[in-house]
Amino acid sequence: MILLETKGLTRIYGGLRAVDDVDFSLARGEIHALIGPNGAGKSTFVGMVSGRIPASKGEVWFEGRNITSLPAHVRIKQGMAYTFQITAIYARLSLFDNVALALGSRDRPAVLEALARVGLADRAAQTAGDLAYGHQRLLEIAMGVAQAPQLLILDEPTQGLAESEIEGFNHLIRSLAGDTTILLIEHNMQVVMALADTITVLDTGKILSRGTPDEIRANSDVQNAYLGVG
Amino acid sequence: MTVNARSTVLHLGLIAILIVLGLVLPTYHQGNLARILVLATYAIGFNVLFGYTGLLSLGHAMFFAAGMYGCGLAMHLADWSVLPALGMGLASAAALSLVVAVLALRTIGVAFMIVTLMFAQAFFLAALYLGEWTGGDEGFVIAQARRQLAGFALTEPLTRFFAALTVFSVALLLTAWLMQMPFGRILIGVRENEERTRMLGYDVFRHKLLAVVISGTISGGAGAAYAVLFGYVGATFASVQYSIFPLLWVLLGGMGTTIGPLIGAAFMFYLIDYASGLTNAYLLIVGAALVLLTLFARAGIVGEIRKRWVPWLP
Amino acid sequence: MDFGPHLLLAVLEGAVGAAVLALTALGLSLVFGVMRVVNVAHGEFFMLGAVVAWFIASPIAAHPAIGFVAALAIAPLVAGGIAVVVDRLVLKRVEYDPEATIVGTIGVLYIIQQSALMIYGPEARPVEPPFNHRIALPWVEWGDSGLSFYYPWGLSTTSYKLFVIVAAVAILVTFWSVMSRTRLGLIMRATQLDRETAVAFGIPVQRVYSIVFGFGAALAALSAVLIVPIQQAHYLMGHDPLLLSFIVVIIGGLGSVRGTVVAALLIGMSDGIISVFLSPTLSKILATLLVALVLVFRPQGLYGKKMA
Repeated sequence: MILLETKGLTRIYGGLRAVDDVDFSLARGEIHALIGPNGAGKSTFVGMVSGRIPASKGEVWFEGRNITSLPAHVRIKQGMAYTFQITAIYARLSLFDNVALALGSRDRPAVLEALARVGLADRAAQTAGDLAYGHQRLLEIAMGVAQAPQLLILDEPTQGLAESEIEGFNHLIRSLAGDTTILLIEHNMQVVMALADTITVLDTGKILSRGTPDEIRANSDVQNAYLGVG
Repeated sequence: MTVNARSTVLHLGLIAILIVLGLVLPTYHQGNLARILVLATYAIGFNVLFGYTGLLSLGHAMFFAAGMYGCGLAMHLADWSVLPALGMGLASAAALSLVVAVLALRTIGVAFMIVTLMFAQAFFLAALYLGEWTGGDEGFVIAQARRQLAGFALTEPLTRFFAALTVFSVALLLTAWLMQMPFGRILIGVRENEERTRMLGYDVFRHKLLAVVISGTISGGAGAAYAVLFGYVGATFASVQYSIFPLLWVLLGGMGTTIGPLIGAAFMFYLIDYASGLTNAYLLIVGAALVLLTLFARAGIVGEIRKRWVPWLP
Repeated sequence: MDFGPHLLLAVLEGAVGAAVLALTALGLSLVFGVMRVVNVAHGEFFMLGAVVAWFIASPIAAHPAIGFVAALAIAPLVAGGIAVVVDRLVLKRVEYDPEATIVGTIGVLYIIQQSALMIYGPEARPVEPPFNHRIALPWVEWGDSGLSFYYPWGLSTTSYKLFVIVAAVAILVTFWSVMSRTRLGLIMRATQLDRETAVAFGIPVQRVYSIVFGFGAALAALSAVLIVPIQQAHYLMGHDPLLLSFIVVIIGGLGSVRGTVVAALLIGMSDGIISVFLSPTLSKILATLLVALVLVFRPQGLYGKKMA
C-alpha cells in the first residue's frame, strides 16, 4: 500500500534543476532513507513533499490524494510531520510549551510522555534555548513524534548527536516502525544501514538508484557517486 | 496554586485595587485614572499584536480613531444613543482592521511596519480632508446630554471612572483568557518561530489575521469609549503620535505581559503630565524613554520583574 | 491664466520640489541600502538643516549670500555630526537590528524635534535668499499673424528657484561620481553588497556605517538649506519630507540610486502639479495609499530590492 508518491517532481532555481523529474513512491510503514552527496536535492525534494517549497512541475500524492496544490500547514494536518535540518525549536519557550504546541494540547501526561521518548521528561520546565545542541535535536525529534504523523520526515536528525544519543535515536525510530512511515535524510551511513528498509540515492537532482541496504552497498554507481567519496 | 489560578488572582486583585483607588482618589486623579484606563485598553489591544503575535504595527491610531469616529459620528451626526454608537465604533474598527490585515499581512518585518504607517497616514489625512463631517483638526464635542447610559450620566466623574474600569477589565480579562487558550499559545508560537509553527500544521496567516482584527477591534473599542467618556473626537487621535504611544506604553510596561500595558500607560501619563508643567517640549520625555528602553530594558517593567523575580507572571 | 501657462507654472514648482526631494530621499535610500535599517529620524535632520541655516544666516548683517553660503557649508556638518553621535550611541548598541533601530530612531525623532522647539521656538522664520530676481516667462500663442510670444500675467519664477534646481542636479552628479569613482564609494558599495565579505576584506564596517549615517543626514540637511529661503524654518517641518522620502524610496526600490532619483522626479513633479489643480491633502492621501499598495503588491519597487 503506497502512502506517498511523487510524479515528475521538479524544482528549478534560476536555470538549475535542483530536483529533476523525480518519480518516487513510499510504502506505508517503511523506513526509507534518502542519501546522496551535498547539493543532490534531498532537502529540496522533502521540502516539496511537505509543501515548504513550491514545486516547479510535477505532482505529490499522499494517501491516494493529489496534494500538490495544498499549503504546507494543511499537509501537516493531514498526517505529515517535518523536522528541520537546522534546529527549529521555540528557543525562548519551555520544553513543555514546545511539545504542547506540537501536540496541539496542554495535557500534562501526554506532553511528558512525548518528552520521555527522547529522555527529556525531567527537563520539561527548562527553556529550550538553554539545552545543549544534541538535546535540542532530540527535542525537535520529540516534537515530530508527538504529532503522531502518518509520515515523519526527518532532515539529518543525527547531525550533532553523540554516539550514545544516536543509539537512543535508532531505538526510538525502530519503536515507531510499523505505525509510522519514516522518510529520513541522513549522512551517517551507520544509521542508514541500521535503520532503513529501503534506500534511494539522489544525485544532481535525479534518482541514481534505489534498493535495500545490501543492494545499495553492492551498487558500483552508488559507490562512485557517493559511498566511495564519503 | 497553579499558574492559571495565580494569574486569575492577580487580575482580580488588580481590578479590586483599581476600584478602591477610584473611590478614594481626589477628583483630579480620579479623572486621570479614568483616562489612563481607557488608554491602557488601547495598549492592551496593541499588545495582542505586538507583544503576543510579534507583529509591530506603526499605524494603530487608525483603529483607535476608527472606533472613535464610528462611535462619535453616530452620536454627533445621527443622534444615536450610547450603546448602539459603541457598537458602531467596534464594527468600524473591526471592518478597517480586517481590510488592513488582508493587505498588510502580505508583507513582513520592516515592510509591515511601513505599510501600516502609510495606511494610518492616509486615514489621518482623510479625517482632515473630510473636515465637513469630522471637524478636521478642531474635531467636535459630543453634547453632554447625549452621554447617558441606562440613566447614568457618564459625565459624572465617579460614574465615568467605573465605566472606564469596566471597559479596561473586559479587555484585560478577555486577553488574559485568550492567551491561556490554544489560540493564544499559537500566536506566541508565531511570534517565537513562524516557520516552525506553520510546519506544525497551523494556519499562520489565519492566526495573524485574527490577531490583527482582535487587536484592532479592542483598540477601536478604547477609541469609542474615549469618545463617549470624554466627549471629544478629533483628528489628533489618528496622527502618527497616537500610533507611537501604545508602542511606548507596551515597551515600557512589558510586551507580552497582561498588566504591562496599564503599568506603562500610567507611568508615561504621569511622566508627561509632570513634564508638561515644566516645558512645552514635553514630548522630549517620549523620545528619551523610547531610546532608553531600546537600549537598556527591552523587556519593560513587568518583563524585567518576570525575568528576575516572578517567572510565572502572565 | 490659461491652462497652458498654468501647467508650465505647476511644472516649475514641481521641479523645485522634486529636486529637493531627490536629495532628501537619496540620504534615506543610502542609509537603507548600505546599513539595511530605516532611519525614522531622517526628517528631523532635514529640519535641523533649516533651523541651523537660520541661526547662521540671521545674525550676519552683510549681504545675504554670505550667510547662505556659510549655512550651506555648516548646516550639513552639524546634522551629519549629530547623526554620527546617534549612530554610535544608539544604532551600534542595538547592533543595527532593523526593528529596534526603528523604535530607537522614533525616539531620536522626538528628541531632536523637541530640542529644536526648546532652543529655536515654535515660530516659523524665513532665511533670506542670496539672490532673488523675478523672471517673467513667455508663452506662445497662435494669433492672426501666426506664432507670437507674450508674457501672461502671473507666469513667473525666481532666479533662486532655478538655482535650487541646478544646485540639486550638481549635488546629485557629485554624489554619483563619489559613489562610482572614489575609494570611499567603492567601500560603501562593497559593504552594501555583502557585509560579511566586507569584514573579511578588512573594511572597517563600523566606521563605514557611521560615515554613511552621517552622510545621509547631511544630504537631508543640505536639501533643507536649499529650500529654506522658499519655505521658512519650523520645528515640525521634518514630517512631510520624511513621509515623501519614504514614498520615493519605496516606489523607487530600496537602496537603488537610479530608482530613487526617478521616483523623486515622478512624486515631486506630480505632487507639485496635482497640488496646483487638486487639494494638496487629497493628493497626499492618494500618494500614501499608492505607496502602501506598492509595498504590498510590488515590494521591490521600480528598481531594487525587497524590504524584509
